Amino acid sequence: MIDAYNIYDNMDRNNILLSFKGDITSELLTSILQIMENKMDNMQEEPKTKKKVYNVLVECLQNLYHHMDDATDGKGDKNRSAIFMISKNNGSYNIITGNYILNENIHGLKSRLDEVNALSKDQLKDYYKSVLNNGEMSLKGGGGLGMIDIARKTGEKLDYNFLEIDNKVSFFTLIIKVTQPQLI
Amino acid sequence: MEKYAIEGTPKTPTISFDIQSGVLEIKGRSIPENSIEFYKPLVDALDKYSSTSKPATTVNIQLEYFNTSSSKCILDVFKKLEAIHKGGSAVTINWHYEEDDEDMLEAGEDYQAIINVPFKMVQVAE
Repeated sequence: MIDAYNIYDNMDRNNILLSFKGDITSELLTSILQIMENKMDNMQEEPKTKKKVYNVLVECLQNLYHHMDDATDGKGDKNRSAIFMISKNNGSYNIITGNYILNENIHGLKSRLDEVNALSKDQLKDYYKSVLNNGEMSLKGGGGLGMIDIARKTGEKLDYNFLEIDNKVSFFTLIIKVTQPQLI
Repeated sequence: MEKYAIEGTPKTPTISFDIQSGVLEIKGRSIPENSIEFYKPLVDALDKYSSTSKPATTVNIQLEYFNTSSSKCILDVFKKLEAIHKGGSAVTINWHYEEDDEDMLEAGEDYQAIINVPFKMVQVAE
């Protein structure tokens, strides 16, 4: 039998405000964004905080939506399932996403994340402008701006991990911290 | 075609383009997953307008949120406006941002640095 208390207790201890596991669809994103907007209204967050969190949420969720590999879960099944969580600890929001990635795509993603993490605030601004102006728009729509924008808006490094599941796929975890602007 | 209008949704902005008066307005949220599809009709409308543009074209942008996917499309819209400006219609882009929304102000300044059209940064109350 599923130990619901164990899951509840874990979420409670980690101050999870919202968690979802499953297929990421456009309708789901609309619902999650509405729920989070209502929650932040109820928590009477500053407009500045709400905007920052909302903006970063949109990018994180749309990253999941656009870039989830049709990676197999090791059992041969197509798995477009992902996990998404948002928590609030000591005034900071944490947006956590997890999804399968083909091992052959890890290198490219890792270098892009490290590249963004190596840049200062001013360098991120210049990089954003150059990708915006010169970058090719990918068919998926992102054009590689998502991660740069997240790093720029949060002022934090992108925290990530690749957990190898088998010789084909790994599980990619991304943790984005959004600190309330007035606390910076 | 004298007027081009699209009603806003939770993920897409309200757009109105009055070709008679040369006024284009984009308001609301622009966070669709597929922004190319959403903005294509506007880019096409601007293309048509460029051959019969008014002496002055006023553009009011008042976005609450926009995603990075839209940011490329907004740049495409601005590039069309830049061409219209060069073609002889005096274009002004009024970029509205809410008081305290530094990210939105910075986003406007990014476009201002790329596009060769007069920008006005307009602060609005929250």
